[in-house]
Amino acid sequence: MKEAPFVAAEPQDTQPLARRIRGQALRMVTRAKASHIGSALSIADIVAVLYGRTLRVHPAAPDHPQRDRFILSKGHACVAVYAALAETGFIDPALLDSYGSDGSMLMAHISHKVPGAEFSTGALGHGLPFGTGKALAAKRRGQDWRTIVLTSDGEWGEGSNWEAALFAAHHGLDNLVCIIDYNKLQSLKTVDETLRLEPLHSKFEAFGWAVREVDGHDHGALVAALEAAPWEPGRPMMLIAHTIKGKGVSFMENRVEWHYRNPTPELLAQALTEIAGEKGDA
Amino acid sequence: MRNAFIEELTALAESHDHIALIVGDLGYSVIEEFADRFPDRFVNAGVAEQNMTGLAAGMASEGYHVFTYSIANFPTFRCAEQIRNDVDHHRLPVTVVAVGGGVAYGALGYSHHAVQDYALMRAMPHMTIAAPGDPLETRACLRWLVANPGPSYLRLGKAGEPRFHDSIPDVAPGRWVKVRDGDDDSILLSTGAALGAAMSRAEGRAVWSLPLWSMAAKADQPAQIARHERVTTLEDHLADGGFGSWLTESVAGTPAAGRIEPIALSAEICDRVAGQSTLNRIGGLTL
Repeated sequence: MKEAPFVAAEPQDTQPLARRIRGQALRMVTRAKASHIGSALSIADIVAVLYGRTLRVHPAAPDHPQRDRFILSKGHACVAVYAALAETGFIDPALLDSYGSDGSMLMAHISHKVPGAEFSTGALGHGLPFGTGKALAAKRRGQDWRTIVLTSDGEWGEGSNWEAALFAAHHGLDNLVCIIDYNKLQSLKTVDETLRLEPLHSKFEAFGWAVREVDGHDHGALVAALEAAPWEPGRPMMLIAHTIKGKGVSFMENRVEWHYRNPTPELLAQALTEIAGEKGDA
Repeated sequence: MRNAFIEELTALAESHDHIALIVGDLGYSVIEEFADRFPDRFVNAGVAEQNMTGLAAGMASEGYHVFTYSIANFPTFRCAEQIRNDVDHHRLPVTVVAVGGGVAYGALGYSHHAVQDYALMRAMPHMTIAAPGDPLETRACLRWLVANPGPSYLRLGKAGEPRFHDSIPDVAPGRWVKVRDGDDDSILLSTGAALGAAMSRAEGRAVWSLPLWSMAAKADQPAQIARHERVTTLEDHLADGGFGSWLTESVAGTPAAGRIEPIALSAEICDRVAGQSTLNRIGGLTL
């Protein structure tokens, strides 16, 4: 029997979705007194575009064989994805209240036990090799779903990522997209001061990937790049998304301490006001 | 064992179209037939074991039972975190296969001595260790692993190990398999290729092999230990974190712990380069 074609969820307006993701992420880390809010705000627009528009997924069938696979390799930024899963119907939004508390499904690194999450990470350099295995499986079986892996920039210090980069190009995995959240700030200092990645674009080109660069907070640019996939037959895709760590909250932007700190109630209120802006819907 | 492994895997792949083999650029004169017959289920990942293992987990998450294949410590220690997080934590059907268990590659030196691999693998909660003692146990273990897919580690010797069974034995995690009749009060119990050492040290005692074991299978050990006055374990692995330790832990705090006498390789061999039989003798496994 032929399987019924997979129907992805209806696209939605990604701007308000991104504001709600930011708002939920801020509330979650505040309640849980958890870290990594800067990393989550950095990817909020990318995640909003993925779940609101470009990923072929549906909350009614989170394990559908024809769905796109999205892997968050920077598992410490999981609040952005949990918020997106709640805002798009994969999990009950009330579950977000339990984030990081004893016995919650929502641990402070992304967990595959959460509906809609493919893979648990937390140790860096694991998402791309795993996603490469998924992309190879799809190729070998002639299936047309895509694998999208979101990595941080700092985690490109991990050798396993470069092993996967070689492999994906060698095997022509043009069903694989890797998005780098290139906020240029890692755990202690900037990427440039820690372990330089530049020239990143030409590095990946030299590895055999099709490479594009976008403003990682420009929804139109993100949608255009992701919807144009595959960019070149036979090449995996590297989307270098230039981002700002802590994006959307003035006192968090480009500040390394917000890799660790959690907001006081007063700072949360201020942050939510900034996120909501004139719209009032964060 | 290596030949029994690849023959059996190739036969199983014929009837199970989800079996895939990923090698870490090793397996010359071993893997060619599998690669030729099942090109869409064979990958040479190159000299990149971390990616090999993450890749295997990714494929396993899409319905494959993936066997990763390399020598000694390369598919285990080099990618220990991928095994721990990607394979074991997600309970994915990936079987890590290492050839050259123990000091089978003796003269190649410490880099090629797999004498701490049990310690690593048995610390993972969902991992089944398959350490066959002869070519027939190798086939039995493989059939069990394919029928019961999950995180697993298959530790092989090299080639040319003697055959100790007459037919393919029944195996299951934690279940001892009798290999030689004899005095059943004081017995020898080996895992892996140390079966050969057990057979040569039997001196009238019964010899048992335990080719499949795991953290969960510890629970089955006290009842089997209770049937014997003395259980001497043998393994081509260091004592620390090894098979004898595992068995002793299963009865820790009870009088039965005193019945277990582990024989394992002395850490002295870690600074030595010699052939397998010499290292096994210096290490105290063989006499």
